[in-house]
Amino acid sequence: MARISLKVNGKTQVVDVDPETPLLYVLRNDLQLNGPKFGCGLAQCGACTVIMNGNAIRSCVTVVSSVRNQPVTTLEGLGSTKKMHPLQQAFVDEQALQCGYCINGMIMTSKALLDKNPKPTDSQIKEALAGNLCRCGTHTRILRAVKRASGQKV
Amino acid sequence: MKTMELSRREFLKGTGALIVSFNLFPTASDLFAQATSGGEPDPTQLDSWIAVRQDGTVTVFTSKVELGTGVETALAQIAAEELDVSWTKIKVDMGDTEKTIDQATTSGSRTIERAGPQIRQAAAAARKELLRLASEKLGAPAEKLTVKDGVVSVLGNPSKRISYAQLIGGKRFNVTIQAEGKAGDLKLAQDVKPKDPKEYTTVGKPVPRFDLPPKVTGQAVYVHDVRIPGMLHGRVVRPPVINTPPVNIDEDSVRKISGFVKVIQQGSFVGVVAKTEWAAMQAAKALKVTWAKPTTKIPANTEELYDYLKSTKSFTTLKGVDKGNPATALTKAKKQYEATFRWPFQLHGMIGPSCAVADVRGNKATIWSGCQGPFRTRASIATLLNIPETNVRVIYHEASGSYGRMSNDDGAEDAALMSRAIGAPVRVQWSRQDEHGWEPKGPAQTQVLKAGIDDDGKIIAWEFTDYSFPWTVSSITTLLASQQVGIKSKSPGSGNGNQGGGEIYAFENSKVLAEEIPWLQPEPFPLRTSNLRAPGQLSRCFASETLLSEIASDLGVDPVELRLGYLTGDQRGTDILKAVAEKSRWQKHSSPAANSSGTTVTGRGVAMTRRTGGYAAAVADVEVNKSTGKVTVRRVTLAHDCGLIVNPDGVKNQVEGNIVQGVSRALLEEVAFDGNGVTSLDWDSYPILKFTDVPDLDVVLINRPEVAPLGAGELATVPIPAAIANAIFDATGIRLREVPFTPKRILAGLQQKS
Repeated sequence: MARISLKVNGKTQVVDVDPETPLLYVLRNDLQLNGPKFGCGLAQCGACTVIMNGNAIRSCVTVVSSVRNQPVTTLEGLGSTKKMHPLQQAFVDEQALQCGYCINGMIMTSKALLDKNPKPTDSQIKEALAGNLCRCGTHTRILRAVKRASGQKV
Repeated sequence: MKTMELSRREFLKGTGALIVSFNLFPTASDLFAQATSGGEPDPTQLDSWIAVRQDGTVTVFTSKVELGTGVETALAQIAAEELDVSWTKIKVDMGDTEKTIDQATTSGSRTIERAGPQIRQAAAAARKELLRLASEKLGAPAEKLTVKDGVVSVLGNPSKRISYAQLIGGKRFNVTIQAEGKAGDLKLAQDVKPKDPKEYTTVGKPVPRFDLPPKVTGQAVYVHDVRIPGMLHGRVVRPPVINTPPVNIDEDSVRKISGFVKVIQQGSFVGVVAKTEWAAMQAAKALKVTWAKPTTKIPANTEELYDYLKSTKSFTTLKGVDKGNPATALTKAKKQYEATFRWPFQLHGMIGPSCAVADVRGNKATIWSGCQGPFRTRASIATLLNIPETNVRVIYHEASGSYGRMSNDDGAEDAALMSRAIGAPVRVQWSRQDEHGWEPKGPAQTQVLKAGIDDDGKIIAWEFTDYSFPWTVSSITTLLASQQVGIKSKSPGSGNGNQGGGEIYAFENSKVLAEEIPWLQPEPFPLRTSNLRAPGQLSRCFASETLLSEIASDLGVDPVELRLGYLTGDQRGTDILKAVAEKSRWQKHSSPAANSSGTTVTGRGVAMTRRTGGYAAAVADVEVNKSTGKVTVRRVTLAHDCGLIVNPDGVKNQVEGNIVQGVSRALLEEVAFDGNGVTSLDWDSYPILKFTDVPDLDVVLINRPEVAPLGAGELATVPIPAAIANAIFDATGIRLREVPFTPKRILAGLQQKS
């Protein structure tokens, strides 16, 4: 076990965990941040996505000791039901989910995309989200939500 | 959807964090709305269904659960409509066996069809009682009263008014209502007249779904997010091959893992429990178990599998149609057609693998589950633990979308066994490999289809036989953990359905049969099967609708025209086909299309179906690369009729998802296995459709206020593989008899053709 300082959603917190623990389990079980989800543990589905240093990363394969104090943003860090981030609002406006289990990954990956490329084309959005799996099949709505959030015509 | 805000009593604010804190059984005040205190809710008590709070909000209690399909919102709309209350004031308390009546498992896309009328009648009965109370208070007869958003006023004298909250807020109705039948067949308050659909103002509106804002902000509490004080983490350790008992377990192999607590073994069931999830994961991976040698085998390859299906005696035959004498008609036919079709095992493929939390104390158990049937889970847990059903409380929290998979709640059984063994609450999370390997698969199927035409090209004989595996149903066919501790199944399982074999067409002589083939062996093995969205019907529709298009092509007839000729007397069937033809700008032609030359060729195909009273017809536009064999579905146009539409955007969302899942199953999905077990254990070896391959979608919804509302959770996925196969034929001239339509199969077809 080791004490590791983490900077998540702008707040610094110290956790006492096995340093080999993937970040996902620390976020969920030690910091009660349930936005990131366990889907595969293999970096294949994207349900666990968080943003670190501006990049969308797979927290299920990111060892917590490698994170130390690098700024991490989770879905909860974007907004809440009372004050949603424009991306979250766009997903609601487009009713762009069903079960919503993958949606953390969709929103966080889109956030990283829009931060770098504020007006992505349809194919750029599809490429950015190609590694995020959705089983309910809401892809076309997600595409519209990201476009809406980027201020482009849906 | 349960959220931190909505289920406030279940959450205590901790040190900047939220920790779920549950009582084993609810206090009386939790259940103030229930008709009986401490006992089971009584279906004949209005209070079991509806409660008006002091703030004017209305809670509807239902054992149906939100699986991501939007039924929470749709059921709320139905209640709001009858009560004349804004939908924003309705809350739906779903899937708690202590608070709700068993309305049957949420499956078969039948929540709106079956539970919808139950909720509607309960709400209508509540409105009637509220009007009676208002009539007394306002001194005016009930027929002179009107209701607007939960406020009753006297017609012509709006100053005389009283709200539902003032009438009964926080108090019980204490009204008995009629209740006949059980579960899905339960008929409530049949003596109360509901609203005429012509007066609907909330039903039929695209009300935004209640569950989405908490989901997009991380505030929704999925079953995976439930945490109980003192909770430990469990992982299952399954045999590497088919089900066998452990011969030796070397606990020393995991003792040094920090946080490891115990290896749990009961019968053939093995699991590990640890203080942290990470320790449990490490222990499950590191635990050295010597398993006994399997005594039975599964097929080593697909040839053996389909041979087994075709050559094994069925335990039951489901008859779809039995009209005339197709065998005799075939002998008189001018031309006969015969084809065999194959459909592989496919995954439900939940993005979040199975997860449940159990707290077993003495002879009582509380289970937090994402199951489709809380009462079904309650029964299987009671059997597993050998305690009365009423000692088990199942509390539903949404899981990952499950498409039938959570009809059978394996994770809850695992958690219950581990919790009982360790004496503490245990959360069990399956790994991705556990889920891919051990989920009960959508059954493999094969069909033999014979048809014959006369001199005029009329189809005079149709003989369709489906061979399929049955479903696991946890009440009659035991789940993994139950089997591992020695509980025997009472039945070989439930049939895989018989719709989609061409029964919608008015052929003179027609026989549509579905043979249910028993599993290969009595024990649970990785290729155990269960209901997967629109069970069996994609496969049957693929066979029947592609052969029908093949006959059309052979006759040089347009496939839409040919179908219309056999839909005589079926107005909804005719309308749906015409609607998709119009929307897709279908141009009459005989396949293959004349423009099928060059490396990249395009084609379009049509297919239709009827399922549980609803109709869907699809046109797929595909592109086939003849050098790589890759099929790309460019667009799917689909017309959909599920009777009266409760929430048009909710239906559209379901239809779109059904199409995408259908494309994925048609193009990509096949469970790989060898003689030892499943070998496709992750998303690389069992890929599903990615963003870059998702087609454009064009959906036409036909609303039929004269037809009772039906489900939209399954219907639209049925015709997709058939429409794609017909489009591939249109583009290339090759007929596919086996799913998925992989580049390898396309290239083989092209080679064979040339």
